[in-house]
Amino acid sequence: MTDEPEITKAPQIATTRRGFLGAGVAAGGALLGAGAARAAGPDPLITEVQPWAQGLGDGVDASPYGLPIRFEGDVVRRNVEWLTADTISSINFTPIHALDGTITPQGCGFERHHSGAIELSKDDYRLMINGLVDTPLVFTYADLERFPRETRTYFLECAANTGMEWAGSQLNGAQFTHGMIHNMEYTGVPLRLLLEEAGVKTEGKWVLAEGADASSNGRSIPLEKAMDDCLVAFKANGEALRKEHGYPVRLCVPGWEGNMWVKWLRRIEVGDQPWEQREETSKYTDTLADGTSRKWTWVMDAKSVVTSPSPQMPIKHGPGPLVITGLAWSGRGSITRVDVTVDGGKTWMPARLAAPGQDMAVSRFYFDHVWDGSEMLVQSRAIDSTGYVQPTKTELRDFRGLNSIYHNNCIQTWWVKANGEAENVEVS
Amino acid sequence: MSKFRKRVIGTTLPSILLASSLLATPALADKLGIGRAALPEEVAAWDHDVRPDGLGLPEGSGDVLTGEELFSESCAVCHGEFAEGVDNWPELAGGLGTLDREDPVKTVGSFWPFLSTTWDYVHRSMPYGNAQSLSDDEVYAILAYILYSNDLVDDDFVLSKASFAEVELPNAGGFILDDRDSTELPVFIREPCMTDCKATVEITAHATVLDVTPNDTTDDGAAVAEVAEAVADATGDAPAPEAAAAEAAPEAVEPAVAAPVETAAADPELVAAGEKVFKKCAACHKVGDGAKNAVGPALNGIVGRPAGTVEGFKYSKPMLDAGAGGLVWTHDELSGYLADPKGYMPKNKMSFAGLKKDSDLEAVIAYLSTFGQ
Repeated sequence: MTDEPEITKAPQIATTRRGFLGAGVAAGGALLGAGAARAAGPDPLITEVQPWAQGLGDGVDASPYGLPIRFEGDVVRRNVEWLTADTISSINFTPIHALDGTITPQGCGFERHHSGAIELSKDDYRLMINGLVDTPLVFTYADLERFPRETRTYFLECAANTGMEWAGSQLNGAQFTHGMIHNMEYTGVPLRLLLEEAGVKTEGKWVLAEGADASSNGRSIPLEKAMDDCLVAFKANGEALRKEHGYPVRLCVPGWEGNMWVKWLRRIEVGDQPWEQREETSKYTDTLADGTSRKWTWVMDAKSVVTSPSPQMPIKHGPGPLVITGLAWSGRGSITRVDVTVDGGKTWMPARLAAPGQDMAVSRFYFDHVWDGSEMLVQSRAIDSTGYVQPTKTELRDFRGLNSIYHNNCIQTWWVKANGEAENVEVS
Repeated sequence: MSKFRKRVIGTTLPSILLASSLLATPALADKLGIGRAALPEEVAAWDHDVRPDGLGLPEGSGDVLTGEELFSESCAVCHGEFAEGVDNWPELAGGLGTLDREDPVKTVGSFWPFLSTTWDYVHRSMPYGNAQSLSDDEVYAILAYILYSNDLVDDDFVLSKASFAEVELPNAGGFILDDRDSTELPVFIREPCMTDCKATVEITAHATVLDVTPNDTTDDGAAVAEVAEAVADATGDAPAPEAAAAEAAPEAVEPAVAAPVETAAADPELVAAGEKVFKKCAACHKVGDGAKNAVGPALNGIVGRPAGTVEGFKYSKPMLDAGAGGLVWTHDELSGYLADPKGYMPKNKMSFAGLKKDSDLEAVIAYLSTFGQ
């Protein structure tokens, strides 16, 4: 990388001024109107005494566990009905277009269930370790709380995120194209400690992680990964896991595809070979153009998306200062840089990262632009700590064809029109 | 303040711990002695995974014809009588030779590499909504039928633990290990272009042409159909157009004279108990505002309704015949049906073992009677 990672607290005025003047020349008088808004008359919200400034608000216990205020009622997970047969074995999408920062609240983090979100209490919870171990063990929830704990922030991306876009632009909104992702701070016990407690035999090379729900969602994980950074988590963002995220205990497999993060984790088996279960053979394998399929494509490649402006987040304020923002992440390490283009990739400019990138966690980026009011082709491009540069969709198709379904980490294009509306498009 | 300070001082923490707040989780020299040994019968109860080499496969066998009958009873409601898939549910047969074409059809016959995967999954997770209810012999038989429906075995085939290893699925050799490190990374680890990266940029595709985004008032069914076909399996369950899914159900029976609804006096405690019992049903049946047909018909207004008459649901022939013959879901009929669905009405579609307790039956009927049309 020749460019330093752009991590600053706020845009420098000189830079902004220069951009502003440059854009002003191009757009003529339009900018002046936007920059020098004049009120037609006194604003009654200011000049008149408002009810909230006169009466009283809610008491402290009005909502013992609070939900977002009603004005934010549209910031919710959404389902795409035609994708699956019913909602029990289905997926929905995080409203990433409307969020900022990096942490996804549990209540709007996307859900993927194969046999529905089950209700399993801490009292009824058991975790078994068996197979090629010295002593097969059973842990209760209370047992898990006595092991040394870790707290780490990780993204979880479904391998099928952006999967509907392989053959062409399809869904019109960042929530639907990129919303099979969330990023939470997990607290739990390293899987390594539980395996060491049971004593892994030397023949042990793999573990099978299995859930307590009817689907079981069994996945084979190499022992090396299991002993490295996998986490048996019971808290997310400081509180108990929500039911839909695997209460009371789920597995975190940092940087690897979301399907491996088994929810309602009930059993870890150690073996000398992989199990080749349904979710790692018939699903979550990537079919190439010649009909062969890649398997064990666990690592999520570096990826980013502009969350605003985007089809669900049109520009409503007209020309002038505009915040272009989005998310970037990589399963191979941390995000070191994100570039943004507004001309479809002819010219790129480094964006600001809100904070230094963390391994296998989402980074937030900002690009402080002065919009001249003409149409834009907005894209972002993630670069990670291995030097991997997020590819275009054409580049990915050259390797993988159109039938891959999973692992689409291509650069996304939003066509922002002069009226501020945006559309999901592909460009040459 | 002073109280807290005293406590901190009183706890004589080793200074090394205070200084290194970002230490990795300790590598433990000794085991902590947490948890207890798993009993052999506990391991046996949970560990029934099966590997491609046959490890974990129990004794047992089943033939194609028995499998056909079982499949029709327990699987066909979603997967179709010929394993061809109903609506958006996965097809299990066909698709050979389609993997290198547009929209590959991925079935047990055309795509799945190992038969062990099918055994493991059917035994562990199927039928949908009533998992782990099939005996080992029944699983062997259902697999024999799935192989038969893929033209991989003849109709006199018997699948058993012994014959299992002889079956090789057509796509067993169709997988390669992740090769991104050697194929893609050398290209994608690079110095990114910043200026004059291309001379021209043209828009080559628009999402609004396809028009399949939820909450878009201009959605139209034809476009959805076209796209769902093109989409292939994005989330692991074969998608098909909503438009094609509906409208398939025969109108079947003219509702007979509507029977008076039995209100069961709606004892709130009984209704609440029934709501809990209904969780066993909710995987397949919806009730309440906006309830739609799912695996089973929506159940609003079911108490007192002629059998087989929920609009848009594709009933079994026995259920349609029973409705035409005048069967009405009174309290007593429902009670008989829900206690033993297959015994009450052989060959009907509901793959549910039945409610064994009278109290559960009373409760769930009381709960259902609270939902009107």
